[in-house]
Amino acid sequence: MMSAVNIVDGSRTPFLKAGDKPGPFLASDLAVAAARPLLLRQPFTAQDLDEVILGCVMPTADEVNIARVVSLRLGCGKLVPAYTVQRNCASGMQAIDSAAKDIQLGRANLVLAGGTEAMSHAPVMLNDQMVAWLGRWMKARLLSQKLKTLGQLRPAMLAPVIGLLRGLTDHTVGLSMGQTTEIIADRFSISRERMDAYAVRSHQRLMAGIEQGHFKGEIEVLFDASGGQYTEDSGLRRDSSIESLAKLRPVFDRPYGKVTAGNSAQITDGAAWVILASDQAVRDYKLPVLGRLMDVNWAGLNPAQMGLGPVHASTPVLQRNNLSLQDIDYWEINEAFAGQVLGCLEAWESDDYCRDELGLKKSLGSIDQARLNIDGGAVSQGHPVGASGARIVLHVLNVLKRENLNRGIATLCIGGGQGGACLLEAGVK
Amino acid sequence: MPTKQKWNLEIDESGIAWLAINVPGAKLNTLDRVALEQLELIVDQLNIDLPRGLVLYSSKDNGFVAGAEINEFTRIESVAQAQAHIAFAHSIFDRIEAMPVPKVVLIHGFCLGGGLELALTFDYLLAEDVPSCKLGLPEVKLGIHPGYGGSVRLIERIGAPKAMDMMLGGRVIPARAAKKLGLVDQLLAKRYFKVAARDFIRRVPEKHQAPKLQAHALKISWLRSLLANYLEKQVARRASREHYPAPYALIKLWRQFGANRDIMLAEEIQSASALFTTDTARNLVRVFFLQERLKSNRNQANAGDSGNIKHLHVIGAGVMGGDIAAWSALRGLRVTLQDQNPKSIARAMARARVLFKKKLKISRLVQAAMDRLIPDLNGAGVASADLIIEAIFENLEAKQQVFADIQARAKESAVLASNTSSIPIEHIAKTLDNPGRLVGIHFFNPVAKMQLVEVVKGRRTRKNVLDAAHAYTLQIGRMPVRVKSKPGFLVNRVLMPYLIEAVRMLDEGVNASQIDQVATRFGMPMGPIELADVVGLDICLHVAENLLGEARVPKSLKRKVKAGDTGKKSGQGYYLWSGDKAKKPEFKPPEGHTKDIERRMIYPMLNECVACLHEGIVASADELDAGVIFGTGFAPFKGGPMHMIQSIGREKMIDRLERLQATYGDRFKPNDGWEELKLFK
Repeated sequence: MMSAVNIVDGSRTPFLKAGDKPGPFLASDLAVAAARPLLLRQPFTAQDLDEVILGCVMPTADEVNIARVVSLRLGCGKLVPAYTVQRNCASGMQAIDSAAKDIQLGRANLVLAGGTEAMSHAPVMLNDQMVAWLGRWMKARLLSQKLKTLGQLRPAMLAPVIGLLRGLTDHTVGLSMGQTTEIIADRFSISRERMDAYAVRSHQRLMAGIEQGHFKGEIEVLFDASGGQYTEDSGLRRDSSIESLAKLRPVFDRPYGKVTAGNSAQITDGAAWVILASDQAVRDYKLPVLGRLMDVNWAGLNPAQMGLGPVHASTPVLQRNNLSLQDIDYWEINEAFAGQVLGCLEAWESDDYCRDELGLKKSLGSIDQARLNIDGGAVSQGHPVGASGARIVLHVLNVLKRENLNRGIATLCIGGGQGGACLLEAGVK
Repeated sequence: MPTKQKWNLEIDESGIAWLAINVPGAKLNTLDRVALEQLELIVDQLNIDLPRGLVLYSSKDNGFVAGAEINEFTRIESVAQAQAHIAFAHSIFDRIEAMPVPKVVLIHGFCLGGGLELALTFDYLLAEDVPSCKLGLPEVKLGIHPGYGGSVRLIERIGAPKAMDMMLGGRVIPARAAKKLGLVDQLLAKRYFKVAARDFIRRVPEKHQAPKLQAHALKISWLRSLLANYLEKQVARRASREHYPAPYALIKLWRQFGANRDIMLAEEIQSASALFTTDTARNLVRVFFLQERLKSNRNQANAGDSGNIKHLHVIGAGVMGGDIAAWSALRGLRVTLQDQNPKSIARAMARARVLFKKKLKISRLVQAAMDRLIPDLNGAGVASADLIIEAIFENLEAKQQVFADIQARAKESAVLASNTSSIPIEHIAKTLDNPGRLVGIHFFNPVAKMQLVEVVKGRRTRKNVLDAAHAYTLQIGRMPVRVKSKPGFLVNRVLMPYLIEAVRMLDEGVNASQIDQVATRFGMPMGPIELADVVGLDICLHVAENLLGEARVPKSLKRKVKAGDTGKKSGQGYYLWSGDKAKKPEFKPPEGHTKDIERRMIYPMLNECVACLHEGIVASADELDAGVIFGTGFAPFKGGPMHMIQSIGREKMIDRLERLQATYGDRFKPNDGWEELKLFK
């Protein structure tokens, strides 16, 4: 018999909004910092893990197979294997899915899986002309050759390639992520005002969540090299208001677009983990079961409307498990963009969309927003791309436990035109 | 009886002689008389049938040669005896150097003192490229200077400025730094040792030498004098000529004879021999052995295995707790650092990083150490720790609370320890179900600099717990001294009468700068007034009241603390402080009084040492000497307080104390311990 996929515990770092320079932590530092206290409170040691799986989109050049780097730094020992997965914005969720499959196949009993991203450390590269020039410069031996090569240097060659901007662009359709949201907003007639209102609410919900201590036990304090400490998501704007957001200019479709920095997820550094265990491991170590991963689904869709990924990923999960939208007690839909989350809700409410795009007879109905992202989301917390998928899985489980609910879905959109969804159930109460 | 062979010589098919040193039965290779005699025979043999090249290496895993055999130093009784021995070594080394074949030495691990002097007779020094490979001529630390030709050959190889700097400081440097200095010709992995040696012998590249222009310039005597004067000034900042003659002798040797290698070689023998029999050298050698004994496990027959602690949990991330955690992580332990205040942990982590960077240098190693040091806001580490050290503020109830909370969560086998500096261990242990689990492990501030750790036995501390604490301090490279749980243990108890008497003199109107100067002239690393300011007057007051009772605490101390002038940390104590420096007032030395000032400070300390020994606070006079030297900085060249008492003589000491008692009061009264004659053997 296949083992259930139990999730026994999890943790994350505070998400740190990227400034104008690289942040204090590399992706591996963040992953280590989040996992150390998590492992410390377990009744097993790091060496008892069967494997470590980590999602990350843009590790630095020094972090090749970042999962292995992190696993060794955590003291898992040389014998514990580790691998890195990459499914763009869903990398952290992919790690959890991969772990779940290994547990179900009986290959592993105890897996540390999560995601990490230090977007502030995204590479800034030389352009191809410059690289070619450097190649010639290295080859030049004689002074005359050197001088000649030097004379070929042009200012334009010094223009850097910003890795982050390239990464946030879908080159197959030639659209930035923000532009794909503009298309969705246009399709469902979502106004700038609704997006801004959604963003303000995200900040308010995060603020309330912090005040009520909802992140204790989920967020671990980060300590930097120079005596600094970070206890909460730094992207939170406590004074965020519709008026202040209204002043921002559109960043993607200028000058007429609706998507602004204020109603988009923030460029952020952070990491999130969960520990997955087989029934055997739960028995062996007498682990408390926070919840179970019941189903996972991945879906592809038009890259130009990638923001609707959650609709395409979650609907088959509901169908497979004979559930309606309303049977789900709690939803985390990752807030890549306010307009994209609103677009997902509209799509499910739309008879046309459900019929034409999902092959259903009619609309699936509405999601009560009181059951959606109740502690804020990526707009206020930030969206360290590799980490978010793991964060929302963990947060769904923590909310189910806290609110005494049964069933939740964590779902997100994925740049490149995909969606991912995890169906989760609360552990035995 | 044939002595065991310490050298092994093999000639390979290409005619290269491979000479290996491996002192049988010893942990490290050292060059004793027998080793030199055997080496002489080998040199004879090589000279009869010259090889194509000569390669010297150590076939011991842990290193090349750690130096001359210091044990033999203690047997040298006269200058003439020293001269004969050193001249013998010179004759062998000179012949190796003169051998007309390319010579390569392969160095891994330690290459120190006589070992480096031997290496310097070779043409090429090749060293393993790891941080643990270290070279140096640390002779001055034992009160002597290089005597096997090292002073001449190091100067020739890397130039006088660099060489003198290295020898005068007795600095031991990693191979990488030695390569930069030009001392090492090539850094390489050990697996290339043989290939590289053959390659150097085949190529015979030019031998490394000091820059020609510099070497020529420093043959000119007035230029050499100029540099010598500068070096003397540098040395004077660290060590006085009176207490530490060796570095001055080395400078003098070079100043006078640096123009001619043969003369300088001959004069090195004279200069080094004269130092061997000085009190300073004898006492420093004695301190070296005391240190070796405390650092090895041998003095505690059943002290258990060193290295059993894998996971240390520290409670309290203040300066002491944070630094204990950092030092332990540096030495390879996994450490969880608990404090409810993230700010304290953050500061501790930042200090740890500074320490790791300084000690480990390589960023990969710094990161690994940081990864071993785990912030633990909720105290989850208690459950898996092998040793738990409490380092919160000095309050009995709070400490009792800590242990009451953790005893059930900690592993049954976990050792519980308190870093208390003043509270008896048995009082803290009262709330424990099993009071025998608790031991004191008292570190000194700053943890990274102070080698000494007091391992405190409470009345009920179990032997295996005491042994485990002892083993832990050895594991992290510190020097344990076992003490009984009585107020002040050893170090603070001995230090307090000295500090208090100094403050008393200050209150009588003696100039603070003068008091401090007398103390440093005696050989203390820092004057008592400055020390009180550095430690913090509030802490001094606390400890003094604890140890002496309120009545005996000088009024000015209470007044200062009340006014908030707590010393260096507040910017004002007995001195006004600007940053790290005390502003010391000028004074006119009133001649003739200084002996009295010195004795008023030092003798109460000696008196207290006798009391400690009498009461069995420590087990032996040797341990007391080591404890006081490494805990208080007590003039090392005097060999320790008990040693000093011995050399003055018990009767004379009692007489002097009684005279002080008659003049200044009963606090100088010789205690009962002076009557226990066996303490003074």
